[in-house]
Amino acid sequence: MPKDTGIGASTKRREDVRFLTGRGVYTDDLSLFGQAHAVMVRSTVAHGRIVSIDTSAVESMPGVLAVFTGEDFKDVGGNPAGWLINSRDGTPMREPKRPVLAHGKVRHVGDAYAAVIAESYAQAKDAAQVLSDATEIEELPAIVDMKAAAADASNRVHDEIPDNICFDWGWIEDNRAAVDAAMKAAPHVVTLELTNNRLVPNAMEPRASIGEYFPGTGDYKLTTTSQNPHLTRLLICAFVMGIPENKLQVVAPDVGGGFGSKIYHYGEEALVLAAAKRLGRPVRWTAERTESFLSDAHGRDHVTKIELGCTKEGDILAIRTETYANVGAYLSNFSTATPTFLHGTLMAGPYKVPHVYVNVKTVFTNTAPVDAYRGAGRPEATYSIERVVDKMCRELGLDPFEVRRRNLLTPDQFPYTTPVGLVYDTGNYQATLDKAVDLADVAGFEARRAESAKRGKLRGMGLSTWIEACGIAPSHLVGVLGARVGLYDAATVRVNATGTISVMTGAHSHGQGHETVFPQIVAEKLGIPASSVEIVHGDTAKIPFGMGSYGSRSLAVAGSAMDRAIDKIIAKGKKIAAHMLEAAEGDITFADGKFSVAGTDKAKTFGEIAFSAYVPHNYPLETLEPGLEETAFYDPANFTYPAGAYICEVEVDEGTGKVDVVAFTCADDFGNVMNPMIVEGQVHGGVGQGIGQAVLESTSYDENGQLLTGSYMDYAMPRADDVPFYTVDHSCSTPCTHNPLGVKGCGEAGAIGSPPAVVNAVIDALQRGGHSHVTHIDMPVSPNRVWQAMNA
Amino acid sequence: MTKVTMTVNGKSVSAEAEGRTLLVNYLREGLGLTGTHVGCDTSQCGACVVHVDGKAVKSCTVFAMDVAGSEVRTIEGMANADGSLGVVQQAFQDHHGLQCGFCTPGMVMTTAALLANNPKPTEAEVRHELEGNICRCTGYHNIVKAVLAASGQDAGAMAAE
Repeated sequence: MPKDTGIGASTKRREDVRFLTGRGVYTDDLSLFGQAHAVMVRSTVAHGRIVSIDTSAVESMPGVLAVFTGEDFKDVGGNPAGWLINSRDGTPMREPKRPVLAHGKVRHVGDAYAAVIAESYAQAKDAAQVLSDATEIEELPAIVDMKAAAADASNRVHDEIPDNICFDWGWIEDNRAAVDAAMKAAPHVVTLELTNNRLVPNAMEPRASIGEYFPGTGDYKLTTTSQNPHLTRLLICAFVMGIPENKLQVVAPDVGGGFGSKIYHYGEEALVLAAAKRLGRPVRWTAERTESFLSDAHGRDHVTKIELGCTKEGDILAIRTETYANVGAYLSNFSTATPTFLHGTLMAGPYKVPHVYVNVKTVFTNTAPVDAYRGAGRPEATYSIERVVDKMCRELGLDPFEVRRRNLLTPDQFPYTTPVGLVYDTGNYQATLDKAVDLADVAGFEARRAESAKRGKLRGMGLSTWIEACGIAPSHLVGVLGARVGLYDAATVRVNATGTISVMTGAHSHGQGHETVFPQIVAEKLGIPASSVEIVHGDTAKIPFGMGSYGSRSLAVAGSAMDRAIDKIIAKGKKIAAHMLEAAEGDITFADGKFSVAGTDKAKTFGEIAFSAYVPHNYPLETLEPGLEETAFYDPANFTYPAGAYICEVEVDEGTGKVDVVAFTCADDFGNVMNPMIVEGQVHGGVGQGIGQAVLESTSYDENGQLLTGSYMDYAMPRADDVPFYTVDHSCSTPCTHNPLGVKGCGEAGAIGSPPAVVNAVIDALQRGGHSHVTHIDMPVSPNRVWQAMNA
Repeated sequence: MTKVTMTVNGKSVSAEAEGRTLLVNYLREGLGLTGTHVGCDTSQCGACVVHVDGKAVKSCTVFAMDVAGSEVRTIEGMANADGSLGVVQQAFQDHHGLQCGFCTPGMVMTTAALLANNPKPTEAEVRHELEGNICRCTGYHNIVKAVLAASGQDAGAMAAE
């Protein structure tokens, strides 16, 4: 019988009620007295020198209150990269300044170089168009192709960076010679060149920010679409504007999805604060969808050559990769970590691979900045590995299921130190593979293939066995690797006098359901109803300093902090109970919401203890402070390592090349599961995005750096009729060994594991259908590409 | 600016609007009904779907003035009279058919109109009818289940989980 409350229950989400009745409050829903509207003026060319901006053209237009250009911000700081990466030769990465508004040069279509503030949105929009027309920009040749950018020292995105290379990173450089030798000695080497297509994250809520300034106190307030309000505050205060951190409150209210794109600080946030101060009025800005396409941080965009050395029986001996990773025109906050430590460290996959070497060259181009998008580096690694393993099977005539079984790590090998610097704590990869094979009815595939063939469709099946490292991250480790922040999180558990509980968490919920899941854990641990627990998040004035939600870290890191804080509450409660019950503290036990004297029927309820803490009439005041509120900061000892096996079935229309994903099965290991309904929903969403990447989504810049896919008319988002029902399972659980809840991240799994399963299925369909010359098709496997491949 | 009057969620309302004011902006800014969302600028995403005279309409596609005098229903008018969730809303909660909630008002409005026209849709019909509503969170699995459940069908069996 499934539980209906507490840990492991599929409790329905309490936040749904406000979202389903139109009472959610997203940033753009707020309306403030006296507010003015900002519209950004964005470059229409990919690369150019700003010759002149004639602000007088708009200053007398109706409703215009102020105009800002890069000149207004030239003396303040820039938006920094969060990780310092060194090149193979030990030199630090090149880190150009990223100003609030472009100054001197524009570097991508959509690069904002000015902003107009007006009484109404329509007036600001009208004036922004006039200002755009009144601006002279000398167009320079656009730098779009990564390899060409690296080869041509004469044309530079940043004048001070000669070859457009940010860094040339080797992981692990000391192992390179051994890997080269192993590759040379391998009986068989498989080579694959592939592209991991650039994606636009496309959270359904466009970015929005409202700045306020209170001259009476000198305080600022920023309401913004952020996954991590404290990080945004830190970046704005310490790096960009020089505001004392205590003078800026950042609030991220209901946020309509993030997927990485709302981790980062963007210039518009600083702009609305500066404008609010100058005008003495709230200033708001909301992106149009096209602005989101042009200026949100994009994802992926790797070009990789991967080589795999193996025996003729399919034992993997060595993996070597060379990747060009596009960072776009500027370094977004996580952009240097994504292609390196979130990618290279995963390149052993879930396999016993003795030798691995990863090289990544990161290149500036005249395109939107590229940064972490759901999975962030790990989908790129997984796609490369799972595609090359599949190619190995085809070249050697081996069964892809059996080859995985030969190479997967076995449960007795944990903890396992990989050749790329991670220590996997636990797992049972064979179990998830067996489960997926069972659930997907692999044995029945031939019959389904024959049925598809009767309808004129080529059917194929693809497999992916994946692992990832998430729950970022141990601070001491990321510090060694170049992170400029710690990656702990924090929670304050405040027991109110009447026994209800407020939990202030550093995690931010923008779809994940923290308001439901976190109380389930509190309720279970304290033996009280979940309805007595309130989760407070997203406001730097209310919550302890935390690093926010991304990288599947909310539960593993912030949830662990909450767990620790609850333990402190229980420990203090025992002291209070010992006094009230006139017993030794060591004799007090806590279970089912009661503090009891062991071996007796003497007990106090949790509510009685809470009341006593706040009305301390019978209380050990000489040794114990009143009140019942505890904070814990939790720094994880390791990443968590969710893993799984995904099986995809596709049908390919031989006449048109159209791919239909007809079945998708996931068997995942997420450790202990707090709310199965929500975990399954996370997998569904990730797989939907992964199918989108594999089949539909393409971000296309032309040779002039114009974004050809700048709206939903041109960028193919997955829709309801593009995907099937998914079969998901998380019963093969090996609890995480190092966090108190035994949980592993689940938010990115679907997006990491699914793209190679889809592409492997398409290649399988074509191979079985007689197109044996087709060994690879780049994503998205669009009808055009599939048809061209079949008919090559 | 002209005063534009219509009936919204059963009440006669009026607010100032320019000729270029879209229905969605009239609802959000003129009436403060912010449950209807703007997710794109090309009438693709469906976050702004409302009912105009009983039909599902993308409110970013029509001018407020063009629907003066009409009966408009928004997400704020979908709960039961006692404030409890309506059938479609309840199905979305029961089947976890929403995550961030941003596309949800449009999904609920589209679903209500869909079921009014086709009370027992097949899975394929549901997926086809939802083609004009984009969700980035759910992979559509639980949305399709919620719609089937709202139609009184056994969504769990149809999803073959």
